[in-house]
Amino acid sequence: MMNIPSTIKISLRALRGNKMRSALTMLGIIIGVGAVITMLAVGTGARQKIEEQISSMGSNLLMVLPGASTSGGARMGSGTQLTLTLADAEAVKKECSSVSTAAPILNGVAQIIFGNQNWSASIIGTTPGILEVRDWPVAAGRPFTDDDVRNASKVALVGQTVVDNLFRNVNPVGKIVRIKNIPFTVIGVLEAKGQSAIGQDQDDTLFIPVTTAQKKLFGTQFPGMIRIIMVKAKSSEDLANAEKQITELLKQRHHIGQKQEDDFTVRNLTQMMQAAEQSTHIMTLLLGSVASISLLVGGIGIMNIMLVSVTERTREIGIRMAVGAKTWDIRLQFLIEAMTLSVIGGTFGILIGISGSEILSLLAGWPTVISPASILLAFSFSGIVGVFFGFYPAYKASLLSPIDALRHE
Amino acid sequence: MALIETQNVTKIYRPGDTEIHALDHISLQIERGEFISIMGPSGSGKSTFMNVIGCLDKPDSGQYLLDGVEIGRLNRDELAGIRNKKIGFVFQGFNLLSRTTALENVELPMLYNGVPPEERKEKAIAALNRVGLGGRENHRPNQLSGGQQQRVAIARALVNDAPIILADEPTGNLDTKTSSEIMDLLVKLNAASQMTVVLVTHEPDIARYSRRVIKFLDGRIISDSSPG
Repeated sequence: MMNIPSTIKISLRALRGNKMRSALTMLGIIIGVGAVITMLAVGTGARQKIEEQISSMGSNLLMVLPGASTSGGARMGSGTQLTLTLADAEAVKKECSSVSTAAPILNGVAQIIFGNQNWSASIIGTTPGILEVRDWPVAAGRPFTDDDVRNASKVALVGQTVVDNLFRNVNPVGKIVRIKNIPFTVIGVLEAKGQSAIGQDQDDTLFIPVTTAQKKLFGTQFPGMIRIIMVKAKSSEDLANAEKQITELLKQRHHIGQKQEDDFTVRNLTQMMQAAEQSTHIMTLLLGSVASISLLVGGIGIMNIMLVSVTERTREIGIRMAVGAKTWDIRLQFLIEAMTLSVIGGTFGILIGISGSEILSLLAGWPTVISPASILLAFSFSGIVGVFFGFYPAYKASLLSPIDALRHE
Repeated sequence: MALIETQNVTKIYRPGDTEIHALDHISLQIERGEFISIMGPSGSGKSTFMNVIGCLDKPDSGQYLLDGVEIGRLNRDELAGIRNKKIGFVFQGFNLLSRTTALENVELPMLYNGVPPEERKEKAIAALNRVGLGGRENHRPNQLSGGQQQRVAIARALVNDAPIILADEPTGNLDTKTSSEIMDLLVKLNAASQMTVVLVTHEPDIARYSRRVIKFLDGRIISDSSPG
């Protein structure tokens, strides 16, 4: 068997001898590998973003919304009327076995004033349970307690965006802010969460006890009404059960008969997000396979050029055979040539792919994530393309008759 | 034992319906250290005979023993191995690799029998010195004259210490003066190292350098003589 280093040298020389042709042949692989890496980076980026949003929302999450209500024969839209109460939230938390915890939400937007600064944010009246439901720890200070809820204390937990806009360089814990002219003591700062799945800034938020919200800020004519119940199931397997238990419990509590429409809706947020994640996954696969086709086309380009090269160098092959090159010596020479084309092309392709995804995320603002696995995949795929499409020309070369090859002009 | 021995070697080509006996029961012995010429007009079978004894082709029937080895039984790769070790080719058209230096051309046969790089270079330089091309190691074929290119080819034939040089019209592309230089070189090598030289030519002037001349016609040997 011929030694590999000198075979590589021979192959490189042959490729250098036809610089333009080699470069154009490589271009196919460069574009193919670059496209595979970029597409996978876009797909992975999208998936990672969704994963981040899922975990920022909290896991195993269900949301109970007020349902459509009918008033005098006119059907109002979903959520037009508040049908849920604080007591419903408590019941869900206590009586449904698959529910880990639940928190009511009564929210609204209001201006917050601190010193000479003001800022409008989403004010959420809730219970201490919300922190567990949303997996949302307190970064500084303390969370509010059940006592705060019972006493309708005027205390608040502030989100990071509110802190940035109102307090600047002041430590907010212990300060007094005014909402609708009512003074609230800031008792803690929430950890930063980032954007929600629909692009909302989750940190532009202020938590207060739900009772305080009802009595002082967003009170309605029906005391005890809340807008939403956020529920955390015990595990992802319990989600479906929890949904069923909540539906049954609320039907019973709201005295809804068999034929009546529910006045509430239970939404499985985690499931929705998982569906989104799955569709991103499919998108990644789709993008990747479209890009792979260009890699395949690049491989066919290599085969084409190698076949031309074998024909052009028939006499060289004859000379090598005459001085003792065996079948595999010839095969290896052309295989290594094809692989050199595809591997060098693959290397450039990786660089193109990395810069391509950087440019995409800069210009289009798409989140792109280049995983080492995708680089490895694209690179080894290009190597395999080289071997696969290089083999036929190499095989053809090795079967030439030395006499005919030597006579070839 | 003869170095080259053929017994009833036959080679038949069938282009269409006709049968051409390119070699018709050729029996011949060539001893170690001989310098022989094979002559004949084109189509006489001399090139086919050359291909057979050069292990580039196998006879259809009959036996060919090279250094005691029956060639007809060997497969493609074994034939390549025999060519590598036993035979050095010199062609009319030189058949050097273009874009490759003289040194690398001479190294070529050693690429295929595992000689380590340093030794390869050493032996190739020595071979180039023997054919009088010392100092031109890094010239490419297109930077060398025809005579020099043929010397590179001879150095390539020598480098593996093959016992046989097969020269197929080695002076066909050269002028008279250069031709005689090349022939003198072959004679010198034959005399100095007991290397067997088999020369195929149609020029009587060239055949005169050899001690034995075999004439082919229609696939048969019509004369086998020493020109005196």
